[in-house]
Amino acid sequence: MKYVDEFREPEKAEALRRQIAKLCQQLAKPIKIMEVCGGHTHSIFKYGIEEILPDNLELIHGPGCPVCVMPKGRLDDAIAISQNPNVILVTFGDTMRVPGSKTSLLQAKATGADIRMVYSPLDSLQIAKDNLNKEVVFFALGFETTAPSTAFTILQAAAEEIHNFSMFCNHVLVIPALQALLNNPDLQLDGFVGPGHVSMVIGTDPYQFISQQYHKPIVISGFEPLDILQSIWMLLQQLVEKRCEVENQYNRIVQKAGNTIALQAINKVFAVRDSFDWRGLGEIPYSGLKMNPEYAQFDAELKFTIPNIKVADHKACQCGEILKGVLKPWECKVFGTACTPETPIGSCMVSSEGACAAYYKYGRLSTIGKKTTTEKPKITQEPLPACGMSLD
Amino acid sequence: MDFPLKNQLFQKIEQHRRHQGKVQDTHITLAHGSGGKAMRDLISDVFVNSFDNPILSQLEDQATFNLISLLQHGDRLAFTTDSYVVDPLFFPGGDIGELAVYGTVNDLAVSGAKPLYLTCSVILEEGFAIETLRRVVTSMKAAAQKAGVQIVTGDTKVVHRGAADKLFINTAGIGVIPQGVSISAHNIQPGDAVIINGELGNHGTAILIARGELALETNIESDCQPLHSLVETILQVCPKVHAMRDATRGGLATVLNEFALSSNIGIRLDEQSIPVREEVKGVCEILGLDPLYLANEGKLVVVVGRENAKNVLSAMQSHPAGKDACIVGEVIPSPPGIVLLKTAFGAERIVDMLVGEQLPRIC
Repeated sequence: MKYVDEFREPEKAEALRRQIAKLCQQLAKPIKIMEVCGGHTHSIFKYGIEEILPDNLELIHGPGCPVCVMPKGRLDDAIAISQNPNVILVTFGDTMRVPGSKTSLLQAKATGADIRMVYSPLDSLQIAKDNLNKEVVFFALGFETTAPSTAFTILQAAAEEIHNFSMFCNHVLVIPALQALLNNPDLQLDGFVGPGHVSMVIGTDPYQFISQQYHKPIVISGFEPLDILQSIWMLLQQLVEKRCEVENQYNRIVQKAGNTIALQAINKVFAVRDSFDWRGLGEIPYSGLKMNPEYAQFDAELKFTIPNIKVADHKACQCGEILKGVLKPWECKVFGTACTPETPIGSCMVSSEGACAAYYKYGRLSTIGKKTTTEKPKITQEPLPACGMSLD
Repeated sequence: MDFPLKNQLFQKIEQHRRHQGKVQDTHITLAHGSGGKAMRDLISDVFVNSFDNPILSQLEDQATFNLISLLQHGDRLAFTTDSYVVDPLFFPGGDIGELAVYGTVNDLAVSGAKPLYLTCSVILEEGFAIETLRRVVTSMKAAAQKAGVQIVTGDTKVVHRGAADKLFINTAGIGVIPQGVSISAHNIQPGDAVIINGELGNHGTAILIARGELALETNIESDCQPLHSLVETILQVCPKVHAMRDATRGGLATVLNEFALSSNIGIRLDEQSIPVREEVKGVCEILGLDPLYLANEGKLVVVVGRENAKNVLSAMQSHPAGKDACIVGEVIPSPPGIVLLKTAFGAERIVDMLVGEQLPRIC
């Protein structure tokens, strides 16, 4: 695994840290950068990256953890499907613990539902072939990163004419979520560390609006500690030079135009929903995927009666403010008391890639209280103009 | 029927009743748990003949020991039990039988005790292949010999197909703690050194790969091994070991969190000193797992006073089960109850207890 170690060399990290500190000194005001992807948040906490950054550089942990943003209502829907005695519900491992309004998939499994974990959605086709008297439903979720593999699964099911298989599609799109965040007047960001895995699929072009329309720089980043440090350094260079561009630090993986085969599969199998409800962020227009009518026979939403009840986030939950950088996790009223990884109330506490769960799990003792927002803006209570995103 | 003929017939029947036969069936049936002859044959043929010791051969409902012989080893008993439900039953580097012996032996050994006697209770699923059971029992026998213990009593239950997953084993064990040895998490003090006897996460990774659900191939083997002899070696150079525990489920992180909470001290780990195989790191990278939480079956965490650390480390490294031993951290006065990790970049983060089990992430 030398390939990994090369991206974790402490000496190179120290050299980048010094360069970052130098650039920060050249900037007049404190800088706030959002890492969009939950994978980045995880790495930042795991390796203690923020702790070695200068005090006037603050990282805001964005909405890019796919299980965190899954709303309670959709979880309830998945659990409702699993209660059908003829159904085997199949999903990814870390979805199992995400709480719905009353219970999680793990708890539903314990009380008798046939729920199985797989590492690849294609494995669910084998389960379908091995259980012809059952209906196998794949609970699909995630950003554009996982959408291609679920799209290929549908194409494979169609090619093999597997009739006892369907998909409960909950894929979400990163660009509308970013747009919703950028439209929020509360947002205090100077730039973005862009998601590497999503960009591997969609490329770098879709981010152009961030620099052109909103005048913020973005650097698409890999997930190793040196990737993230280098991306921060590239962002700071843009800020110092007063540039505002889409740059690609992760060019060993990410192509400008993305992965055309993956994109074709997504476009073939899925269509964009008019709106999708995000846990912690509320409704965001054109931010979710559903099955194309051509593949209706594999659409679990058509095959099953689904309650489709929207469950509001808890009133005490301040995930929306945390995601916009207005509050730090430990400033939330319920952080570490009513809201813990064992009993998550808000989206940010749901998986270890969420900002609150990461603070709770990994601490970063020296950072807490030091890098707190100095000036708190008044929180806008009105719905967001462009996307109607609610703050509660 | 005249009397001599009748007598002959009775003799034949009596002979047959007394005969402890070989198990003829190829698979476990409910009869093997019924308490009748089929069960007696199974116990005799598979377990008693294999474990082969005078206490078990008495076939009483209990094993009895001479107290004087126990007292030769020390002045206190250590008593423990554990159940083994691993899937698959056979994996690179071990099997459920070895685990069931070494797991209990190690639970005794980490108190400083000399492990002496084990029980063996099995729960068998109807339909389980008797040949596979023989393999497991043969493995338990070899493991018991290696660990210097005797399996002296046991129990056999058979449940309906589907009511259990193939084979579950419970072992309980008795050991004797030598005079003057007092090992407890409550003894830990600031300044103590934290030592482990080698690479972390090999067992957890071997099991993950052996389940065959991942399209991954590695040559990682479980670290399944008895630790009693390594513990003896440690106690020879340092009878005043403060704390000792085998890092099984939940891994090193869980053991250290338990230590920190028990003695209300902090522990600081040094990420760069923690040995993890490259293949284990690779599997963890792919699945989003942390080797600090992966299960081990032959790893010992030892906490000793700073003044004894060097001696203990050298002693461990001189033993085959501890050749890769290293100091991975130190005990600090605060924050109490918290385990910290100093990362390769010089930052510090908390190493918390796991919430539930580690689940592979989606991307």
